Amino acid sequence: MSTIKLTVNGKAVSADVEDRTLLVHLLRETLNLTGTHVGCDTSQCGACVVHIDGKAVKSCTVLAGQAAGSNVTTIEGISKGDELHPMQAAFRDNHGLQCGYCTPGMIMSAIDIVHRYGGKLDEETVRHELEGNICRCTGYHNIVKSVLDAAGRMKVSQAAE
Amino acid sequence: MYETTYHRPSSIDEAAAMFAKGSESKYLAGGHTLIPVMKQRLASPSDVIDLARIKDLVGIEPTSDGIVIKAATTHYDVAQSAIVKKAIPALAYLASLIGDPAVRHRGTIGGSIANNDPAADYPAALLALDATVKTNKRNIKAGDFFKGLFTTALDDGEIITGVSFPVTDKAGYAKFPHPASRFALTGVFVARSPGGEVRVAATGASQNGVMRVPAIETALKANWSASALDGVKISADGLMSDIHGASDYRANLIKVMAQRAVAAAG
Repeated sequence: MSTIKLTVNGKAVSADVEDRTLLVHLLRETLNLTGTHVGCDTSQCGACVVHIDGKAVKSCTVLAGQAAGSNVTTIEGISKGDELHPMQAAFRDNHGLQCGYCTPGMIMSAIDIVHRYGGKLDEETVRHELEGNICRCTGYHNIVKSVLDAAGRMKVSQAAE
Repeated sequence: MYETTYHRPSSIDEAAAMFAKGSESKYLAGGHTLIPVMKQRLASPSDVIDLARIKDLVGIEPTSDGIVIKAATTHYDVAQSAIVKKAIPALAYLASLIGDPAVRHRGTIGGSIANNDPAADYPAALLALDATVKTNKRNIKAGDFFKGLFTTALDDGEIITGVSFPVTDKAGYAKFPHPASRFALTGVFVARSPGGEVRVAATGASQNGVMRVPAIETALKANWSASALDGVKISADGLMSDIHGASDYRANLIKVMAQRAVAAAG
């Protein structure tokens, strides 16, 4: 057992967990942040994507101990109160989700993509960059539309800040 | 996953001392191979020693005759590096093809070569570019480092600190990725040194892991062009055969990927 201290969605968190605990299990089972999903559990599907220090990672393939001292952001941490993050709003407006299982990971990956590319995103780039996120409803068309829509909105909101 | 004890040393020496103390220690860098095999219970290290936060193991530096990529540098950082893009753009391109973005944010060059997966990308680059693996004990030429499937020249407890790549005249990489895993069904790295020596390495093809391809090296030394390989026949002997591709299919892929790599190298 180890005491893990980290920041999750802006709040300092401390938890006593076994050293073998994966970050996704710390989030879901200890901190009750069940928005982050476990899909394949083999670092392929991307349902478990969260941000560690601003970078998208697959939390099913990170030990909780590796994240100690880091800033972790999950799907629960991106809205401002009741105001959805522009990526969430774009997914809703563009019907970017069907069953919703992959959506938290899609959104966390998509925010990372927009941060890395800024306004230089096109459809081909989005499709290539989403290679690590699998949607079994096969709803990629609207997911890509959502990401491109959000990229425009995020640019506008950044410019306004 | 079986229980283990996680350690986060702050120096290379401290990491080596921790490794020696554990009954069955393993080093961890990005963890994108070790953690999956621990989850499958194929590995059950008593102690996991995290190298990723050791400052001396992260970064990319130009040298008098090339570049050094330190061992815990992520694939993402290599793919984005202005230093790598300027010195050996094919190497930055190779790093950009590994896994997917989230994997590239964690996976490291040291972890990839220490694992020596027969379908990993980096071993092909190291072998073709005649790179040198630097450890906390010695320097090992790439040709002596890779010893077959998941096997390297590393001693127990030895730590890779970085990889030194000499400058190259021309270099290119082409990969036929497995559509789900993004591992190389076959990938070929071609390189020509400033002195005119040609080295070609294929990954994902041989049953013994990364290999050089002498027939392609000879043809490219005589004529550095994709068409120079039109008449080259690659033997399927010793190549992998599995549900993804038979050995003769992979033999053909070696040639085709080499041609694409040469075309990319210019």
